[in-house]
Amino acid sequence: MADVRRFLRTWEGLLLALLVVIVLANASTVQGYLQPQNQVNLLTLGIEKAIVALVMAFVIIGGEIDLSVASIMGLAAILFAWAIDQGTAPEIAVLLALGVGLLCGLNNAFWVAVVGLPSLAVTLAGLIGYRGLALMLIEDGSLGGFPDWFETLGQGRLIGPIPFAVLFFFVLLIIAAVVLHRTGFGRLVYVVGNSTAVARFSGVRVSRVKAALFIMSGLVAAAAGLLLAARFGSVRGSIAQGFELDVITIVLFGGVSIFGGRGSMLGVFLSILVILNLRNGLSLLGVSGNSQTGVIGALLILSVLLPNVISDLRRYLARRSLRGATPSDPVPTPGGAT
Amino acid sequence: MTAGPVSIVTSRVRPEQVREASLVVIIALLIVFFATQIDGYLSGTTFTRISASFAIVAVLAVGQTLVVLTRNVDLSVGSIVGLIAYGVGTLLGSFQDLPPVLVIGLCLVLGGVLGAINGVIVSWGRVPAIVTTLGTLAIFRVLLVELSGSKTVTTESLPTWVVDLPRVDLLTIGTLDIRPLVVIALAVAVVFQLGLRYLPFGRRLFAIGSNPDGAQLVGMPVKRDVFLAFTLSGALAGLAGFMFLSRFGNITVAAGLGLELQAVAAVVVGGVNIFGGIGSIGGAVLGAFLIDLLSQSLTRMEAVSEFTRDALLGLLILLAVASDSVILARLRAGWQSARAREMARRETEGAVVG
Repeated sequence: MADVRRFLRTWEGLLLALLVVIVLANASTVQGYLQPQNQVNLLTLGIEKAIVALVMAFVIIGGEIDLSVASIMGLAAILFAWAIDQGTAPEIAVLLALGVGLLCGLNNAFWVAVVGLPSLAVTLAGLIGYRGLALMLIEDGSLGGFPDWFETLGQGRLIGPIPFAVLFFFVLLIIAAVVLHRTGFGRLVYVVGNSTAVARFSGVRVSRVKAALFIMSGLVAAAAGLLLAARFGSVRGSIAQGFELDVITIVLFGGVSIFGGRGSMLGVFLSILVILNLRNGLSLLGVSGNSQTGVIGALLILSVLLPNVISDLRRYLARRSLRGATPSDPVPTPGGAT
Repeated sequence: MTAGPVSIVTSRVRPEQVREASLVVIIALLIVFFATQIDGYLSGTTFTRISASFAIVAVLAVGQTLVVLTRNVDLSVGSIVGLIAYGVGTLLGSFQDLPPVLVIGLCLVLGGVLGAINGVIVSWGRVPAIVTTLGTLAIFRVLLVELSGSKTVTTESLPTWVVDLPRVDLLTIGTLDIRPLVVIALAVAVVFQLGLRYLPFGRRLFAIGSNPDGAQLVGMPVKRDVFLAFTLSGALAGLAGFMFLSRFGNITVAAGLGLELQAVAAVVVGGVNIFGGIGSIGGAVLGAFLIDLLSQSLTRMEAVSEFTRDALLGLLILLAVASDSVILARLRAGWQSARAREMARRETEGAVVG
């Protein structure tokens, strides 16, 4: 019982409570909300972002950021469509797309891990540059006409009502959770994210860990881009544009600290469910997609602001109640406040 | 008293000035290169055109510099530009005869209020700037969408002075026309460069960015200054919103989308360190000019498709940051050791004399 109470005090516990509230509210206003079909549908609509968010969590916990993921998604999807259009075998085209994601990841990794540039600047250059490469291929046109099996991959059901992308997401989620929380590499990511200097002095090969993060990010973003292309059935130059903001929002709302070193896969997973259920509920209520983004932006700010305000308030109250008795006593920090 | 050649250089020139000088050289080389590739490139018309689109990003880059100097970032400026351009555009549609001073003042104040919201959340709410402005980027854009109800502001609904402003020739040198928007941008840059250099507030921004905890410990009003930096960035984004309205006239809900990335790119290319404490307005404005020169000129080159622009721009940003961190970091280290040697020399000389 004490464990349950302690869990509910954590960020993940709060997210779970929020998820329950949102799902109950939605279920009570919309008929058939809890049916598996609707749940799968709402997951499918944001699945590519959710997949990228899993890797972004590693990058941000490692103390870095990757703004270029959406452009890598776009570049991979467009390169795939372009290769098909040029008459390449689809299997080769898939490999090409994954390869370009790997290359983009390697490029980011080189500048951040080897040269030592700030990842915000490097991946901002990537955000503009990779999208630029994609635009050179597709210009202002659109490409489609993918093979049937590829479109089935994105649109069809694989097991029962579950499409391939959702299955892929869950497999990746389990791998990510195990790697982050149960392996040496996962611990290294936390160590590097907490303090690069401490990690270096402890003999951690910091640049290797960081390089691995960006390479993973590039590869997974490319895979997500392919899934997006499969689901849409055609690609344009603007495919996946602006997704990086949604992905980062998911990760930060999941309790991962922007300064690195803190966060959990459970938090990220719950954050994905909360955001997708919230979006689904809002659109069932007739709120437009744009306004949903605003609600999520507000949630993002509040998720950091509220704990700060509450801890400030507690400290203020504690100080005031102490002032009468012994003014010089140090103020005790209330439980749970950071 | 013989000072070595190194110390003469180090006492007269700062690393930032080397950076600005190298940007000027790169810009000059690019202009020479494009002149050999494009017929009739070296005419005033080219630069009149560049100055028109450069002005808006330059104003945003000035505001962004203030914020980035304090080790923060403002990603919400694109949405502020859109919101102000739309809001004030709608207002002007109903009240045609508002005096120009009032209109521009209103843009500054409204933008400042939006920037102040960011500032309060970052300074007193202790929410990281990237989280805050990522959130307000979305929120301000939604406000615009909701307010507009997907209606647009059209050129016809605006008073003529607003629409004509970007086309007035203040000064004509040959075929080069100096127009009001670029004059506004340069005036803003000069005012803020002087402020950064000579006002205590400006100096504090550098101190805060170099070492936030240290600045707090020596008693600087860190929270208030960061709040002010965000407010000023918002106000300048409001001004940029007016310039946007004046230049384009037709304002949709997508107005200003992505401008924040251009502003950050300009600042980074201009040598403002993304971790704060280092940089100058002059560099940021030169960065904005370089980016605009490149994108405007590439679209005119026949051998190059206009779609290569962004790929090259990405490469440019990467090279700018790389050269900044590799070359300038060494220069700066050299500067410091030269300074230290100079001071040690003076001290020993002083000891001999005294």
